[in-house]
Amino acid sequence: MAKKIKLDDKTQAFQKLVEDLCGQNTAKCDQCGTCSGGCPFVEDMDITPAELMRKVMLGQEDVLESETMWICATCNTCTVRCPRKLDVSKIAEALRQIRLRNEIDQLDIGKISREEIKELPQIALIAALRKLSS
Amino acid sequence: MKIPYFPGCSLKTYASGFEKSAIAAGKALDIELVELPRWNCCGVVSSLTKDDLMHHLAPVRNLMRLSDMKTSGLADEDKRLLVLCSMCMNTFKRTNLKVRENSEDLATLNDFMYLEEAKYDGSVDIVHFLELLKEYGFDKISESVNTSLAGLKVAPYYGCMLIRPKEVGIDDAEEPTIFENLISSLGAEPVSWHAKNQCCGSYLTVNKQDTVIKLTRRILDNAQQEKADVIVTSCPLCAFNLDSRQALLQETNPGFEPIPVLYFTQLMAIAFGLDAATYGFEKNKVDPMPLLNKKVFI
Ligand code: SF4
Ligand code: SF4
Repeated sequence: MAKKIKLDDKTQAFQKLVEDLCGQNTAKCDQCGTCSGGCPFVEDMDITPAELMRKVMLGQEDVLESETMWICATCNTCTVRCPRKLDVSKIAEALRQIRLRNEIDQLDIGKISREEIKELPQIALIAALRKLSS
Repeated sequence: MKIPYFPGCSLKTYASGFEKSAIAAGKALDIELVELPRWNCCGVVSSLTKDDLMHHLAPVRNLMRLSDMKTSGLADEDKRLLVLCSMCMNTFKRTNLKVRENSEDLATLNDFMYLEEAKYDGSVDIVHFLELLKEYGFDKISESVNTSLAGLKVAPYYGCMLIRPKEVGIDDAEEPTIFENLISSLGAEPVSWHAKNQCCGSYLTVNKQDTVIKLTRRILDNAQQEKADVIVTSCPLCAFNLDSRQALLQETNPGFEPIPVLYFTQLMAIAFGLDAATYGFEKNKVDPMPLLNKKVFI
């Protein structure tokens, strides 16, 4: 039996914001957990990729407080395995962008020591700065 | 064959051994890598939100630069751009997908760069060196082998960017074989291992070192369980995490045995019997020479 969940205006607006940014229809998610099962980073995340998906589906804005979107490194393991052809990495990017566009950065390059910066290759630094800072 | 080639930042710096060996190995197969004029950084990672065009500028600007490479006689073609770095490949291919599917986005990007001499029309294909080698023919590659690699167990490390997502991957996302085919054609033995397409932790090496160490440990352990002598990769960021980060692993795990990590082109240069100067081992952190001296240069 189909069950409908109706979102109020605020939650709907948040869900729409994320979905518009990344072009994903979160209502398609079955919550099968395949994404979480294969995610190599899952044990370091506070909520699993499937939970991240669920929260966006329900328009729960507190998802923005989660660490998960900053840990997802777009490895795309979940992307190629999702039976519903959804892409959690794009949801994570949309959430990061919402934060970063409000200038809430995750990476403060000033806090990394000179020695470490010297040791790090530019490919790592540029990628991290682009994904984790505004 | 003279093909336009995009090196990217890493190959000009700490991954210089990748470029050096690739140019030499290409030459041995009569493939000349012609550096793209006035190239710029591709941006390393692609932008995944629909409205973020800014981060597609860098790849598109590079793709504009191919326009007169053929007419000027610099290269034999101008509709394919060869890349070596897996990250660059992924970023370029994703941008290409975006602009091919959205003509308005392409027009906006072209307009933004109105001072450039050429416009980009979406017609350039991105080709990874491994794809070009496949096209050349692995059987034919075998004919250039002069140094026997028999008995050398090589673990092909695909990581993420070469094979995922499917729209940009160069092989099957779960069971790729292109690396194994190359390794076999060079006379070495490809190792079958499950960590070959597991993530190394990528750029989190900047701010989440513990996470990255955990992931690289899993990959390195699996390679060693399967008795690999060396790991090969085509990604300078994977190489950093798997090779340079072994020093940290040794500090915290005294029993840890280091394992050399090579770019696949370095293995090619060895197999082709090229001058040792072309191997470009200066930047490899775990020195592969002791192992190679024992197993290859007997
Ligand atoms: S794998 Fe796809 S359908 Fe399954 S929980 Fe994850 S996002 Fe939802
Ligand atoms: S893309 Fe992100 S969420 Fe998906 S498996 Fe990789 S790290 Fe996990």
